[in-house]
Amino acid sequence: MDEVKAHTKASASCGGCSGTVERLLAVTLGDGFTAAPKVKPMCKCTHHTHDAVRAAIVEHGLKTMADVFQAMEWTTPDGCASCRPALNYYLLCAWPGEYKDDYQSRYINERAHANIQKDGTYSVVPRMWGGLTSAAELRAIADVVDKFNIPTVKVTGGQRIDLFGVKKEDLPAVWADLNAAGMVSGHAYAKGLRTVKTCVGSEWCRFGTQDSTGLGVKLERMTWGTWTPHKVKLAVSGCPRNCAEATIKDLGVVCIDSGYELHVGGNGGLHVRACDLLVRVATEEEVLEYTGAFMQLYREEARYLERTAPWVERVGLDHIKAALVEDPERRRALNARFLFSQTFSQDDPWAERAAKGVDRHEFNLLAEVG
Amino acid sequence: METVWTQVGSIDDIPVLGSRVVRTPDGDIALFRTAADEVFALEDACPHKQGPLSQGIVHGRRVTCPLHNWVIELATGEAVAPDEGRTGHVPVRVEGRSVSLALGEAKLSRGGCRKACGHV
Repeated sequence: MDEVKAHTKASASCGGCSGTVERLLAVTLGDGFTAAPKVKPMCKCTHHTHDAVRAAIVEHGLKTMADVFQAMEWTTPDGCASCRPALNYYLLCAWPGEYKDDYQSRYINERAHANIQKDGTYSVVPRMWGGLTSAAELRAIADVVDKFNIPTVKVTGGQRIDLFGVKKEDLPAVWADLNAAGMVSGHAYAKGLRTVKTCVGSEWCRFGTQDSTGLGVKLERMTWGTWTPHKVKLAVSGCPRNCAEATIKDLGVVCIDSGYELHVGGNGGLHVRACDLLVRVATEEEVLEYTGAFMQLYREEARYLERTAPWVERVGLDHIKAALVEDPERRRALNARFLFSQTFSQDDPWAERAAKGVDRHEFNLLAEVG
Repeated sequence: METVWTQVGSIDDIPVLGSRVVRTPDGDIALFRTAADEVFALEDACPHKQGPLSQGIVHGRRVTCPLHNWVIELATGEAVAPDEGRTGHVPVRVEGRSVSLALGEAKLSRGGCRKACGHV
């Protein structure tokens, strides 16, 4: 299967046709075809699986990437573009506040804090908490668009504004102007919390049962800046009409008269998957505690680049319920670990680069000649 | 004709397992530094769809393109099989900490180089 992928590119990009390719191989090769093992090594640098490496990091107290390479007998001196970002995440998750992020083991979007586009320019998405904005923010965005000749301005699926075609060397200056108007990075590039999409809820809507916008803002304030195995999208809908499409999110809240339904493991992308209902709760405090606990369980147990939808399918909803619903003590402990890790991750990366000159080399040419 | 070396900076300005860009009239050149402190220079364009290789992840003596994960040999600009293609590369000289490029010997825009490396 891997060889077919490498040589023909079939199922090598989105993977949508991998089942078809596997059946074709089976038909063509007959008995000669052995299906790929269900659990594969992390990459060609090691024979260990993601789960084995992760367990070893915690069990043997491996604190650096070099420790992992040595203890787990890596066959390459400095890994590859597949295992390095995964190990960087596993170490960061295992040792919050202790492990120092390995900058060169991050994909370019997370290094540049913007999204690379096909022509090598970047797109910039400022955070809009719960999808709310203001005249002052919109004016500042408009001024940035004019000042830097930004060619395309687009509203995203997560209720944010995306500025396309920004030259890399302009990024720190663009961020400085957005920071000055009170905006921070929207982390539209991160394997982390992306957005909390909301509807207007009980403040304006005649059907709204709870303050879905306000709850969305609280959830986003709690979860922004976190690093996760893959991107995470949340949503809060003010009633079961579900205008925020909460039931195809990694975690979605649907407000009802008696409280809140928490749905998990949904995805509106490649393989559309509706969420599973995790639990119904009565208060916002419970929503926040469940959310923190769910985030942490996902952070600690899912494999790097595994979204919540395939993770929930792999481990089963009962496993998630056992940890979060049936064991309140474990839920509280998971939430506490999440909140602890957040104390190290909620610094605006744009401000550090715009005002404090962090990673200046990333945005400047080494030289210009001729 | 004697090789003309253009000094472009110090090796310390290039992060280990990272890259910096030198802008030239013939396009951007990406300089890479390996864990063993070797420095290589490639045209900053993947042979596949011209992705900026300077933005990729460096591992061993290779870089992975940030757009579609092609892996390119730093020493030759050659795509790792089964992918096929080659991006231009530029001879590099490191003297002490100072890094220089032989820009005149590089044939950019997808051609390999004129001499010094065996490519035609």
